[in-house]
Amino acid sequence: MFDSVFGGLWDRFLASSDQFLSQFWPATVDGLSLGSIYALIALGYTMVYGVLRLINFAHSEIFMIGTFTSLAVVGAFGFSEIGGVALIGVVLLLALAGGVASGASAVALEFLAYRPLRKRGASRLAALISAIGASLFLQQLFARVLIPWWFDVPKEKGALPVQGHFVVREDVIAIGDFVVRNDKLIIFLAAILMMIGLDQFITRTKLGRGIRATAQDPETSVLMGVNIDRIVTATFAIGGAMAGAAAALYFMRFEETNYFVGFLLGIKAFTAAVLGGIGNLRGALVGGLTLGLIEMYGSAFFGSEWKDVVAFSVLVLVLMFRPTGILGESLQQARV
Amino acid sequence: MSTFDKAKPAARVRQQPLKIVTGAVGDVLDGIRDWWAGQPGPVRWTIYVALIVGAFLLPHSGIGSFMSPHSDWQSILFYPIGGYILLAIGLNVVVGQAGLLDLGYVAFFAVGGYTMAVLGKMYGWSFWEIIVIGIVLAALSGILLGAPTLRLRGDYLAIVTLGFGEIIRITATNTDAIGGPNGIAGIPHPPNLTDWAVPTNALTEALDLDGLKPFTYGALDTRPYYYLLVVAIVLTIVFAKRLEKSRVGRAWAAIREDEDAAELMGVPTFKFKLASFAIGAAFGGLAGVLYGSQATSIIPEDFPFILSATILAAVVLGGSGNIPGVMLGAFIIAWIPERVRGVGEYRILVFGAALVIMMALRPEGILPSRQRKAELAEGTGGMGSLGAEVGGPGGSDVEIEVKK
Amino acid sequence: MKLGTSALRLIAVAGVASLALTACGGGDDSSGGGDVSEVSIGLMGDLTGENSGIVLPIKNAAELAIEEYNATNPDTKIKLIPYDSQAKPEQATALAKQAIKEDKIVGLIGPAFSGESAQVGPVLEEAKVPSVSASATNADLAESGWKYWHRVIADDDVQGAGIGNFIVNGLSAKKVFIIDDKSTYGQPLGATVKTTVEAGSASSQTDSIDAKASDYSSTVNKVKAFAPDAIFFAGYYAQGGKLLKQLREAGVDGKFLSADGSLDPGLAKGAGGKNAEGALIGCPCLIDPEGSAGDASKKFADAYKTKFGSPTAIYSAEAYDAASVFINAVKAGNVTAEDINNWIASADFPGVSKQIKFQENGEIAADDVYIYKVTGETLPLLGNAKEAKVE
Repeated sequence: MFDSVFGGLWDRFLASSDQFLSQFWPATVDGLSLGSIYALIALGYTMVYGVLRLINFAHSEIFMIGTFTSLAVVGAFGFSEIGGVALIGVVLLLALAGGVASGASAVALEFLAYRPLRKRGASRLAALISAIGASLFLQQLFARVLIPWWFDVPKEKGALPVQGHFVVREDVIAIGDFVVRNDKLIIFLAAILMMIGLDQFITRTKLGRGIRATAQDPETSVLMGVNIDRIVTATFAIGGAMAGAAAALYFMRFEETNYFVGFLLGIKAFTAAVLGGIGNLRGALVGGLTLGLIEMYGSAFFGSEWKDVVAFSVLVLVLMFRPTGILGESLQQARV
Repeated sequence: MSTFDKAKPAARVRQQPLKIVTGAVGDVLDGIRDWWAGQPGPVRWTIYVALIVGAFLLPHSGIGSFMSPHSDWQSILFYPIGGYILLAIGLNVVVGQAGLLDLGYVAFFAVGGYTMAVLGKMYGWSFWEIIVIGIVLAALSGILLGAPTLRLRGDYLAIVTLGFGEIIRITATNTDAIGGPNGIAGIPHPPNLTDWAVPTNALTEALDLDGLKPFTYGALDTRPYYYLLVVAIVLTIVFAKRLEKSRVGRAWAAIREDEDAAELMGVPTFKFKLASFAIGAAFGGLAGVLYGSQATSIIPEDFPFILSATILAAVVLGGSGNIPGVMLGAFIIAWIPERVRGVGEYRILVFGAALVIMMALRPEGILPSRQRKAELAEGTGGMGSLGAEVGGPGGSDVEIEVKK
Repeated sequence: MKLGTSALRLIAVAGVASLALTACGGGDDSSGGGDVSEVSIGLMGDLTGENSGIVLPIKNAAELAIEEYNATNPDTKIKLIPYDSQAKPEQATALAKQAIKEDKIVGLIGPAFSGESAQVGPVLEEAKVPSVSASATNADLAESGWKYWHRVIADDDVQGAGIGNFIVNGLSAKKVFIIDDKSTYGQPLGATVKTTVEAGSASSQTDSIDAKASDYSSTVNKVKAFAPDAIFFAGYYAQGGKLLKQLREAGVDGKFLSADGSLDPGLAKGAGGKNAEGALIGCPCLIDPEGSAGDASKKFADAYKTKFGSPTAIYSAEAYDAASVFINAVKAGNVTAEDINNWIASADFPGVSKQIKFQENGEIAADDVYIYKVTGETLPLLGNAKEAKVE
């Protein structure tokens, strides 16, 4: 009996391995594409965390606002059947609009929900609860008020997903099993480019230096003449804008959104930020891509229903051996 | 940072009305506390007994008609209100006392619920046996989670606990042996202790207790479960209070204030952190067993992440570290959404806004622990202040020591 | 430190006495039997939450049935009381107790979903109040031994077997990929379809999606590698549309099938463009806005359209029948929950969707499954699964 159980497990393992190998390339492409979106959302978590030591739970709703902005823009311009180089232009426009909308929302959120707490020296835990409250509020605001009003549907339908189809998908690279579609390629390249740009911004500009200084030591940076409120506002604006751009890429890929679209992605992105080393911009990229790949490989091997279990287990394992994530915490350090 | 304040008087004036309100509330609460601290033992004990008697009378339909006009008050009193209170007391051990941020507390609630369901339905064990097993299993799972992860600090621990909560839920969903997504239905009620019914007379009718069978556990009358829950809550409060005043409680306070200092002073921090996880988990397991036996069916979706966040909100809103505070917080969080059912679809919207506003008005919670309040004002403690709380323009009138 | 709550509690205790007096003063107005001018029937389901789109047609149809009945000026009128459970079991049980104790309902239409039904069932059973659900299709519900629980719709086992047989016989599929959403609804339904198609000597493979996620590419990759003739999705249309879109965009062209949870124009909208064209949806329910299935169906479809300005939708015919069960019971002179339940046990009358006759365990006797075909954004009836043919 023991033999048969063991044999059965071994057979399953072999079958899983076969399946895994047969899907290695598709899983890699999809993992990198999904991971790029995680990485861009993770930036917002990681920057706010670096400066305020706050898990900004409402960041997922900032992302959601970005997806709805994309939907609005696609509707307003009446885009349809966009492919080829035109798609890059359209995505650029969506990312710009989403970045502005999400960035502004993030700044407003900080001003209304977190600044009063900050001014009173409240505990981080209180700010965390405030963030959860703001997250619920924004979700419900869309589900119950804005979506019904916008799409002119009865209130109870506000929870349903809304779509805007405009993309033509075509394979741009096809070498055997390794097939890359236009939308997935754009997402990956856009994420890398934005990441490099942000990295340069934080390293080279005056504002970037201010952010790093505040992350390292708020008290001293005030004494050195840094305006903390301005720095915090800038941090939320940049993090929000990145989420808005991620939302545009997400919307191009899935062409659909709803009021809780950010919830699961937000949790995953936060996981990615921690995996890479929270507070560390490059960590967000490494963590996001790693998490995306782990999920896709895990799905291919164990079945899609186990992908989150695999992802979180890997997170625990990584943290056991590297307690501050793959790259460590370091928004404050110059090498960021 | 008071120098900034002097330079910006106008900005301070703008914040005054807010401060007057919260300040007045704080003064009243402080007055009550001082009065309480000065009372001799017998007076305190009388009030304790009165409180427990009051808790037993709460299911009165007269109270219900005001507290919950849109739904059955007795059911709501058991869950979510009572259930949240027990969970909040348990989570408070971890968050409020030891200062560890746990975002996956619902996992232990699930362990308790599934223990009840599996042993009760599939193995036919009695509720009274399962309650012990459920508590032990939940405590063990707390240790299982804590052992590899408690060396992590702060928010790393938070995300790992969040992950653990999700792992438990998804594993339950994917495991067909325990019903998969369908969960387990037909969980047996606790065996009746006695079918004795409260006699009907003028007094019992006035108290709305006539005909009640307080030890008969059925599907329709939630009160027997509620009484059981009250007993459980009272016992956990006594236990948590004793712990707080013991060596363990002092060790937790030390860890919360400054883990490194505690370690250097000879406190075995890992051991005590593990203990807080195990004890908090045990309370969660107890709540799970009680919930499972009353609900008669559970599914993995009963234990989502948002429930962990809700219980955490209850703890922080009420006043992390202070048991009456977290009970009040849990009550408010559980009760308000039920009470405002009349507002229908907007109730979660209102709830979210209320969380933000209440935190802005009283960031230390409604009934904060004085010790915690002092720690937070200093900006020390395991989960101290926000990183950049330094008063800029519009500054703070609280003297703050910036972290590190 | 303790007094914050103690003060609250003291106030509560003090309140008991005064409130108790008012409660007693109200007197005893519950009447027992005899000539009753009005009885209350409850209707429970998700009326404002995410799944309210499925439940509102149920509410509309029940309202219609009862309005028509009350318009005939009967001796005993019926009052319909809606209970918004948001499909959450613990809310549903609390509301059910409220309905029983305060509103004194003599019957309940619903609960709409299976999860809430599992917890409300024991409460109704102990209170001896009959229920008739128009849409809770989980197969396990009938195995609880409840005497007061009924449904006017065939369960998921019947549905799964019907669709499974249609896949192997009607479509002659040899390779079937089955995807579920790991919900209480999808997982058992997917399992039944899998057993059925394998019994019909087709080979199958399975995977699951996460209903809260949007990226189904890992599942899509598996389907693509398997290259099936037919893909069956056991889940709701919000995910079904997305899944179908991602499958088609990845170049998977097998026949797409789903079941009652996806029977909604939202499927085609979510899939976008022509992606959903020709998808086949099975359902034990009858949706017949044209009224082509018979006179009763025609009459109902017209009345519904007139009253609500929209065509009949999923489960509306069944909800009309569920309401008719109670209406006919009251018409026959039954006004207590117990009497109504006894009447239901022997009920046998033609409803809009099917002949209404219950089995011992509360299941409906009829076992028809209908197939609908996605055409544009509409879902016209293709026919009974036993004889439906696709060219």
